[in-house]
Amino acid sequence: MSFASLSDFIAMGGHGVYVWSAYGITLGVLGLNIAMPILAKRRYLQDEARRLRRESNS
Amino acid sequence: MPWSTVELMSNLMNWTWFHKLGSPKWFYEISGRWLPWLIAAAALLMVSGLVWGLVFAPPERYQGDSYRIIYIHVPAAFLAQACYLTMALAGAVGLIWKMKIADVALQQAAPVGAWLCFIALVTGAIWGKPTWGTYWVWDARLTSMLILLFLYFGVIALGQAISNRDSAAKACAVLSLVGAVNIPIIQKSVEWWSTLHQPATFKITGKASMSAEMWLPLLLSVLGFYCLFIVLVLMRMRLEVLKRESRSAWAKAEVGKLVGARP
Repeated sequence: MSFASLSDFIAMGGHGVYVWSAYGITLGVLGLNIAMPILAKRRYLQDEARRLRRESNS
Repeated sequence: MPWSTVELMSNLMNWTWFHKLGSPKWFYEISGRWLPWLIAAAALLMVSGLVWGLVFAPPERYQGDSYRIIYIHVPAAFLAQACYLTMALAGAVGLIWKMKIADVALQQAAPVGAWLCFIALVTGAIWGKPTWGTYWVWDARLTSMLILLFLYFGVIALGQAISNRDSAAKACAVLSLVGAVNIPIIQKSVEWWSTLHQPATFKITGKASMSAEMWLPLLLSVLGFYCLFIVLVLMRMRLEVLKRESRSAWAKAEVGKLVGARP
């Protein structure tokens, strides 16, 4: 382990702001990229389900 | 020419395996089987690489702990370029063999590549502040990466602006191929022009310029980002294939199954 304590780890030798903002933005963007196709698929399937119900009723 | 040679050539040029690869149904089935494994590999590699890099790797002699940004910056920059080369390759395949799945791959990879390029630029800027004393300089490496981001925007915009699917595919393929010239420029920029940016960490030939306990986690992280990139593109491609093939029997059956499974 490269750090003596948790506060040392968070401080990152005085560069904490830079390291954690870089990691935060990266994980945020990657999370967005994972969520977008999942939400798009759900939306498409909801539309298709509605269309199938309409067609079976008429 | 002897008959057997003619027969062999026609068999090779028949290329049924290649066209099977281009079949949307086949792609949907095989990618569905691969996805769980790719997701597991991406999670495992990324978590181990990033935790190792953040917690266990030793600090760098001159930069202290700020160098730990390398474990996201280098994988993102690497994938941003690899993605563009993949798009150029898909563009060539699409133009030459009129393979529809190649166009799906190209257009679905573009937004993922753009986001990775964005990550590379932003983490690079944040890293630049404590290391160079500035967020941004207009030097060759940074500028050519910015051009890469605009090339991604160009491909995305072209794909959305042209309503005719075949024309859009052709335009995106041409832009991907032409824009690929930028990739060797990014690669060589640190050698051709004087720059603040440090040269490549990994080289295919020769020794790495870091100690093993620093580059091993970086290697894991790069592989993890690679798997995640493939996962993201496959997820997007599968939805797009399902939409484009919505009139075919197999896609209707698949949608019916997915809809039925969720009340």
